[in-house]
Amino acid sequence: MTNGIIRQNFVIPADDFTAAGEASSSVKKMLIQLGVDPQKVKKTAISMYEAEINAVIHANGGIASVEIDRNKIFIRIEDHGPGIPDVELAMKEGYTTAPDAIREMGFGAGMGLPNMKRYADLLEIKTEVGKGTTVEITVYLS
Amino acid sequence: MKVSEFAEKLNLEILTEGNGSSKDIKGMYICDLLSWAMSHAQKGDAWVTVHTHVNIIAVAVMADISCIVIPEGIEVEEATLKKAAQEGIAVLGTKKTAYEIACEAGKLL
Ligand SMILES: Nc1ncnc2c1ncn2[C@@H]1O[C@H](COP(=O)(O)OP(=O)(O)OP(=O)(O)O)[C@@H](O)[C@H]1O
Ligand SMILES: [Mg+2]
Repeated sequence: MTNGIIRQNFVIPADDFTAAGEASSSVKKMLIQLGVDPQKVKKTAISMYEAEINAVIHANGGIASVEIDRNKIFIRIEDHGPGIPDVELAMKEGYTTAPDAIREMGFGAGMGLPNMKRYADLLEIKTEVGKGTTVEITVYLS
Repeated sequence: MKVSEFAEKLNLEILTEGNGSSKDIKGMYICDLLSWAMSHAQKGDAWVTVHTHVNIIAVAVMADISCIVIPEGIEVEEATLKKAAQEGIAVLGTKKTAYEIACEAGKLL
């Protein structure tokens, strides 16, 4: 890879389950094309998908921005949804507020945030009730 | 084992078009919680799930799953099959239960 930085933004549409995952899929393809190690591609893809789908399900969509340089992949998923009142609680495996209709689709295991924690090298969550949530995922390349 | 060979040996119907059936199956994973499946399935696993909505394709792509097997004769949405073909993920259908599929797969994989 060159020294340059690749930057790309994606809109995550609200309540559109057919489009949910488009941003993460595009990023995954991009990383494969760049020749990034498959392990790191998978780590990035899973954590980004979890953040993307959370924005769709819990927060009326948002914006994803991706920055790739030779040292790391940095992903920010920003939404203007309800925010998370208790992040520590939300991070617990099995904790979910997903409604029944969403759970019937197989979401709402309460595993999304724990998966991000597991697969990202660095995970930062900034959230404010009534304002929104920003999730930042870093995966190191070197 | 290639998806196409696996489908033939287990008598599963390949519901998708495209190049998905040339992928290699390494193992099998059964779970209907999407976040759970995505994080615990191994690369190359065939994934058995009762869900048929379009998001299962994204999950399969993120987790490097080789193909999706839908048990018990459950019908799969057209939109899902279209997306699957686009992403190169084969979707296989069968009347068998997840247990029956796993027993037969266990002898082959
Ligand atoms: N972007 C967000 N905005 C508002 N609330 C959120 C957001 N992300 C997560 N949450 C809250 O945190 C909880 C736990 O999130 P997590 O992703 O771990 O599980 P889930 O989305 O409920 O289920 P799963 O991810 O397993 O399908 C959610 O149920 C929701 O209450
Ligand atoms: Mg989630």
